[in-house]
Amino acid sequence: MIAFVLRRVLFTLLLVAVTASSALLLARLAPGDATTELVGENVSAGARAAERARLGLDESPAWAWARWAGRAARLDFGASWRYGRPVAPLVAERARNTLVLAGCALLFATMVGIPLGVASAREKDRAGNGDTFRFRPSQPRKRKVSPFPALVRLGSTLALSTPSLVLALLLAWLAARTGWLPTGGMTSAGAAAAEGAGVLARIADLARHLVVPVLALALPVAATLERAQSRAVARALEEPFVRNARARGIPEARLRWVHAARAGAGPVLALYGLLAGALLSGSFAVELVTAWPGLGRLMYEALLARDVPLVAGCAAAAALFAGLGTLLGDLLCAWADPRVRHA
Amino acid sequence: MRSGRALLLAVALAAAVSPWLAVHPPARQHRDALFAPPMRPHVIAAGGLHAPFVHPLRLVDPLARRYEADRSRRVPLRFFSEGRLVTADGWFPLGTDALGRDVWSRLVTGARLSLGIALLACLGALAIGAVVGGVAGVAGGLVDGALMRLSEMVLVLPALYILLILRASLPLVLPDLTVFLFVAGALALVGWPSVARVVRAVVAREASLDYAAAAVAAGAGRGRLLFKHLLPAALPAIGTQALLLAPAFILAEATLSYVGLGFMPPAASWGTMLQEAASVRAIADYPWVLVPALAIAVVVFAITLALGERGEAIGR
Repeated sequence: MIAFVLRRVLFTLLLVAVTASSALLLARLAPGDATTELVGENVSAGARAAERARLGLDESPAWAWARWAGRAARLDFGASWRYGRPVAPLVAERARNTLVLAGCALLFATMVGIPLGVASAREKDRAGNGDTFRFRPSQPRKRKVSPFPALVRLGSTLALSTPSLVLALLLAWLAARTGWLPTGGMTSAGAAAAEGAGVLARIADLARHLVVPVLALALPVAATLERAQSRAVARALEEPFVRNARARGIPEARLRWVHAARAGAGPVLALYGLLAGALLSGSFAVELVTAWPGLGRLMYEALLARDVPLVAGCAAAAALFAGLGTLLGDLLCAWADPRVRHA
Repeated sequence: MRSGRALLLAVALAAAVSPWLAVHPPARQHRDALFAPPMRPHVIAAGGLHAPFVHPLRLVDPLARRYEADRSRRVPLRFFSEGRLVTADGWFPLGTDALGRDVWSRLVTGARLSLGIALLACLGALAIGAVVGGVAGVAGGLVDGALMRLSEMVLVLPALYILLILRASLPLVLPDLTVFLFVAGALALVGWPSVARVVRAVVAREASLDYAAAAVAAGAGRGRLLFKHLLPAALPAIGTQALLLAPAFILAEATLSYVGLGFMPPAASWGTMLQEAASVRAIADYPWVLVPALAIAVVVFAITLALGERGEAIGR
């Protein structure tokens, strides 16, 4: 188990190093440099050259990378050219906001998707299974078909068809039309100004701003989880151990919600490892539509300003985020299924 | 499943014949009709049937950009004229944008760029994935391990961030063809790992079957074995992967163009059209600028239906 975790941690570190290094090199390769924006266009060639020298733009990319890597190994990611502040705290603050958004979305998606998936899993028609012995096969048993699974399936198909970008735009339209919810930002200007406002009021304000971005990010994920869970439970319900439990007189609800749901947890947990990357990609679109001050927006601003250290810092944070998410997912899988540990 | 495929085919056909379906030239700016609302054609006039016509718009409030249909005038729709299916002066089926360009015409024109990029990227990702997965499956050992670790790294990373990092190496403003090729290529680089993993699994399984052994016994080399015998067996799985990748690719183009890092404004793609929806005011007052978002949803819906039970994408 320890070897397994160590291997995964090493993998994550390698992921972060490769991503950040390629970001640094690619951003430096780009034509045009940050000095036009930093010192303006109407300055003497000497002042521009001094600025270029200060930023290290005259060095070869390989040498610049080596210097950056040497400092990054000591967790010093340099200072942002545009903001003049150290990259690490800047990125950490924005990454925290993205973490709040992605965490809430994942929680919401889990709380909606998993129970719906368990509830809507449809057992294959048991009469069709050859192993069920019945008297009088000439009289087919009438089964009541509930519309619930079909409704959930329709809902999840629709949710899968509205990616986060589309959903964020539609929800922003709804919020703007009704005026029920704020359409952008993380806090309202009034609440930030009101020093006397208590912690509770500030949390309530944050929660109101979270509704649109979290819904936009979470609904497609919830649909993904619902599909996976529903398929896993449907498969588990056909297994012999469920039939045996049924023969022992375990009630149907308990069979579905405890026995089958637990047996189907493996494939769903395996999904969680991959969700970190999907959530980050989705949150980029959501952050830009709803003006959420997260990592995606920072990366975007850094890219526009040609702020090389900041681009590399954001890439490192994104890789770390995705790598740790995958690590957590893998650990959950290993905990649920011992076979994974030795794979 | 069949309805999904039919819907997908219809959209592809519409994109193919878009110049004929467009009501106006997509770039023409109707200066007297900025942010005009969608208009419905009528067939009933004065209680009786009438050849299809529209009531032209009249600007009643220039400040709030409020229009009213001029009931006293009728503009007949002209069919099969000027190389278009249907056209009429001052008719905007889905309204106009901030520059007075017809949203419907830009929507069908933009489908070419948005869907074309996804198609090209899919082909690229499938080609890379098939070769990498096939080689890994046949070679085994160290090569297999290295290729699979590499695919795992790309798979774990958030796709949009990889796109942004690759985008950082190019100037901010690019000509349309460069954007098309660059985005398609970058998406192929992001999308291949899932294909490679599936192909590797199929190829490794098939390689242990008798027909593969027979091919080797008949003197087939590794390359022939892989491309003539094993990869064809992986074709159904590859097709499913194409359907899984396409929505993500369409969306990636839209996102990049929406934030201004993809196609540039005069070009009509679904992403550049959504730039009109960048301000909340525009969304609230002129909701028809969101039509490209609906178009994306329809295409993704069709793909989801076409996929059926065959597999599901992660998130989006």
